[in-house]
Amino acid sequence: MKTQSHAQAAAEFIKDDARTHWHDETLWHVRQKRDLSAQGIPEWETLRDTASATKDYVLSHLDELLEQFEANALANGVEVLWAKDAQEHNEHVYRILQENKVSNIVKSKSILTEECGLNHYLEDKGYDVVDTDLGERIIQFAKQAPSHIVLPAIHLKKQDIGEIFHEHIGTDEGASDPKYLTEAARQHLRKKFVEANAAITGVNFGIAETGGFVVCTNEGNADMGTHLADIHIACMGIEKLIPRATDLGVFLRLLARSATGQSITNYSSHFHKPAPGKKLYIILVDNGRTEQLGREDFKNSLKCIRCGACMNTCPIYRRSGGYSYNSTVPGPIGSILSPGKDLKKYSTLPFASTLCGSCSDVCPVKINIHEQLYKWRQVITENTDVDASKNLAMKVAGYTFGRPVLYDLAGKMARAALKITPDSLVYSSINVWGKHRNLPDVPKESFKEWYQKNRKS
Amino acid sequence: MRVGLFIPCYVDQFYPGVAKATLELLEKHGVEVDYPLSQTCCGQPMANSGYERYGKASSELFMKNFGGFDYIVAPSGSCTLHVKDHVLPKEENAPKIYELCEFLTDVLKVKDIASTFPYKVGFHSSCHGLRGLRLAKCSERMDPEFNKPLSLLKQVKEIEMIELDRKDECCGFGGTFAVAEEAVSVTMGNDRLADHTRNGVEVLTGADMSCLMHLQGLIKRQNSPIKVMHIAEILNGNPVE
Ligand code: SF4
Repeated sequence: MKTQSHAQAAAEFIKDDARTHWHDETLWHVRQKRDLSAQGIPEWETLRDTASATKDYVLSHLDELLEQFEANALANGVEVLWAKDAQEHNEHVYRILQENKVSNIVKSKSILTEECGLNHYLEDKGYDVVDTDLGERIIQFAKQAPSHIVLPAIHLKKQDIGEIFHEHIGTDEGASDPKYLTEAARQHLRKKFVEANAAITGVNFGIAETGGFVVCTNEGNADMGTHLADIHIACMGIEKLIPRATDLGVFLRLLARSATGQSITNYSSHFHKPAPGKKLYIILVDNGRTEQLGREDFKNSLKCIRCGACMNTCPIYRRSGGYSYNSTVPGPIGSILSPGKDLKKYSTLPFASTLCGSCSDVCPVKINIHEQLYKWRQVITENTDVDASKNLAMKVAGYTFGRPVLYDLAGKMARAALKITPDSLVYSSINVWGKHRNLPDVPKESFKEWYQKNRKS
Repeated sequence: MRVGLFIPCYVDQFYPGVAKATLELLEKHGVEVDYPLSQTCCGQPMANSGYERYGKASSELFMKNFGGFDYIVAPSGSCTLHVKDHVLPKEENAPKIYELCEFLTDVLKVKDIASTFPYKVGFHSSCHGLRGLRLAKCSERMDPEFNKPLSLLKQVKEIEMIELDRKDECCGFGGTFAVAEEAVSVTMGNDRLADHTRNGVEVLTGADMSCLMHLQGLIKRQNSPIKVMHIAEILNGNPVE
């Protein structure tokens, strides 16, 4: 099956103009909250520089730091597992669940487990995985994927959520008051927390120096899960490391502000060792990360701390919705991560950008996202056969622009052609530009022609 | 000081008035301008579409035309950025390319632009100039405020600069993006336009004619009364047409 291009999916989304603008405004509002809170930090740019340099260090010393992290975690009584890909990761989780005779699982937000398709994998094995992040629970009910990495249900309006809750947890029909719905979800989840015997979490930061890790949530759902269940499985991408505990302050300050404009995430929970009588597992997952690390032009995409700011700021994401990217991580960062996984499938994503650069300037770890989009474009046109007609057109353009006489002639012909072509043809359905936009008026002469007549003596 | 004028291909072909205004403006401020006649295009359209490799001939031609100048000036942030990043050799004595506004503020240090423009003007901050060349502080960064194009417009007599709700959001042109992602591109353009309209802008200006061409296309189709002019035309004292 041919996957829909980003442009096609975006065009679908945009058909609902009111909803598109609601989506744009909602996310722009988050971007504005981010601006306001960043403005309150005089050393904001220094923080970004520091975080970026720290992550650069991590990526260039990943092997050492991972070993250090593992050794310290083991010494803390944590069981550490390695997974080269999604399959291995899922199998580890399954084995742990089996070994510990787990029947009820709660899971706080983890994009990594989304990337690995853990929920589906476990469901196929007969488990019911309860996502405990409110947004994630909503889309889990609706059988949807997250459309945003921080705000997974951001594409849904409160009325949509009211309907979903009515169907799944029996809230009143037509009720859409956020307070009422949240309270209902809280009661529903409370039961799940109490019943759970395993809690799965993601990891925001793993600290090499201590072997500990930090999980950030706004709802405290990771804590509820891990405190009540006997088994805690923390799923962590190998790039999530930071060297020292003292580095944490920089990242926590940046993360919350970049993500939502909060000065601190409500719960930054530190885990070091299993509580007496309980078990703590860390699964370190590669799943294509070392491969990306080997790509000089693209490796620093792994610095990402998943704050979502590049999505909130992206004028295309805001108007095309998370699903238009058709990848676990949507938006600008997704568009530079996904081609590394499947160049063909994600070949339109690096083109879903005007290269405006807002993502790179908003990114708390200073990933040069728009430059990588540009570089992926070069890789894609060279290594896929996605667009043969464009290839030819570009070849011709390249040839023409290299030859002044040809260029002058081509320009003259284009202007002449535009002048004599009737509007009905100029603005026909073949001319995509002209569907909603006029072409510029055609001047009687080019600047060069004018210059030759008037200035060259 | 030898200054070579680089006129981007679409400006040459469709907006000769902008090129003339640029030439006159530079001359007015005492610059001796040379316009190499065998110039074509910087190669950006190919490169941004993923075909940087087909831009070799145009890059070589560019260097043949402009390699001998101290300064190259172009009335386009986007083309300037491309030349800077991908065409000019990264050598000490290679020519330096400036976008028109930054050449006026940073090299000529113009303090009196000597132009009058009694209109309500909205400035479209094109992304490549803004975030690529750093013509101004963008809203994402938390550095001290500065704005080169605006500092020039503020020297224009009787002009009223209009504040926009989103002061530096992209208009959705993006080269081939404008066609490949038509739906998003048009929506973005309309949203920018609505911002200008809502805030009472009479003349929409900017330092990149490509973005302005996109916005003008929408304006004309919708019969909006907003006029579009390149910043060179305003700084040069051209009348509104
Ligand atoms: S790329 Fe940067 S801005 Fe985007 S999610 Fe990652 S850290 Fe945040």
